[in-house]
Amino acid sequence: MRLALVCAVVLATAPIAVTAQDAGRDLASSCAMCHGTSGHSIGGYEPLAGMPKDELVRKFKEFRSGAKPATVMHQIAKGYTEQQIEQIAAFFAAQKK
Amino acid sequence: MSKALDRREFLKLSSAAAALAATGCATTGGAKARVVVIGGGFGGATAAKYIRMWGPAIEVVMVERELDFVSCPMSNLVYGGSKTMADITYGYSGLARYGVQVVRDEATAVDSYAKVVRLARGGELKYDRLVVSPGIDFMFDEISGYQAAMEAGQVLHAWKAGPQTIALQRQLAEMRTGGVYVLAVPLAPYRCPPGPYERASQVASYFKKHNPRAKVLIVDANPDVTSKGKLFKQAWADLYPGMIEFHGNSKAIGVDPKTGTVKTEVEEVKGDVLNVVPAQRAGEIAVNAGLITANNRWCGVDWRTTESTVAKGVHVLGDATLSAPGMPKSGSMANQQAKVCAAAVVAMINGREPNPDPKIVNTCYSFVSDNEVIHVASVHELDAGKKTFVGVKGAGGLSPARNTLESSYAWAWAQNIWADTLG
Repeated sequence: MRLALVCAVVLATAPIAVTAQDAGRDLASSCAMCHGTSGHSIGGYEPLAGMPKDELVRKFKEFRSGAKPATVMHQIAKGYTEQQIEQIAAFFAAQKK
Repeated sequence: MSKALDRREFLKLSSAAAALAATGCATTGGAKARVVVIGGGFGGATAAKYIRMWGPAIEVVMVERELDFVSCPMSNLVYGGSKTMADITYGYSGLARYGVQVVRDEATAVDSYAKVVRLARGGELKYDRLVVSPGIDFMFDEISGYQAAMEAGQVLHAWKAGPQTIALQRQLAEMRTGGVYVLAVPLAPYRCPPGPYERASQVASYFKKHNPRAKVLIVDANPDVTSKGKLFKQAWADLYPGMIEFHGNSKAIGVDPKTGTVKTEVEEVKGDVLNVVPAQRAGEIAVNAGLITANNRWCGVDWRTTESTVAKGVHVLGDATLSAPGMPKSGSMANQQAKVCAAAVVAMINGREPNPDPKIVNTCYSFVSDNEVIHVASVHELDAGKKTFVGVKGAGGLSPARNTLESSYAWAWAQNIWADTLG
């Protein structure tokens, strides 16, 4: 009885792990200093809010491979894994334009 | 007249602080959790906004002593003449849209046991978690004669954008024909590694148009140009031939405004405008709050959460931190660290695990003339074992050469990061 109670308390207070959604949100927040908060650029950079996921993944990978010419994005894109690119793209695709 | 106004303003503000403090008393009883943020720069304002965005049930109070935000990034353009103070000044009103309460006051002390911040105007704020983002203060004592000369307006640092930016611009405009501008650079780490060399470029750009026989003399405590060295030197050789002279390993230790002298460890140089940037440490409140852990200068943090290594429940951001390896003290980094902080604060208040795998980006543009720019970029990921950020290998880099295309990107970067930081 007492043991069960202790277990229940431990379960209730064990921190919940980070979801893929939050991981995407956190990664995507880095983009905001150029592409605007949640991808709502106020000008000069492509808005990312509402961009279809496949399109963003494709562009990101083209930057990473050098297929798409860039001034800085090719250098930044090399810092991300496939999974992280997917998470970032899912976050922006879910934002209202 | 102005005294009455001061008193009214005082009463209004201290009652605002008192009202906030009163609501905060109940936070441990299951009411809204409250986060207090000290400092409204790139770190503090971004953290305040993002905590509200990601944790709408959390109350956020930001304490900032200035009426407006004046951006250090882009402030060198004021000397070159392509931008004005109005172009680099941004209000705090946008944060209200996110529900951030801005209190115009100065935090003077932190009691991290009682979880209370004391304010200069007399009020105090209770908090559940505290974010300290105070920027830098200067170690004036390391340069003899400095503080008196600075207070008299004779020698400036202009390393916090604001009144000194305007004063330095005036000194440059009033300098005699063919005069010498001396810029003294402290040993790294200091705020904005490429900042001094961008400043030298902008001052030279101004001289080229208005005082073409004038000279720029850089006395640098570091052995060589600290950041983007080749790109800056190429720009100086091409755009300002014979105008900029660079002395490395020449650390300023004294100033004499009467004779226009800067004394360094190895030489004495004379100039008409003395722009001497002293060594820096975390802002005063970090000292008062007992957050300094390294060399009597910087605040150590666990980079997974930005929580102080010495004060539980207190997070530190931006230039005041003991920077992770390869992580510059920049507005860009402070904005990014603030999001790591915001995510961690929201998670911790809600009893969730902080993100174990944060990743952040630095992008830094420097203007070498009115319309030519060079950048440096880097991506940083958490090394969980070391509790610090490390550069992602193979990512990041420099502009291959100065170019005009990136000048529009640089200005757009400023517009977007200001909006991202301040609403």
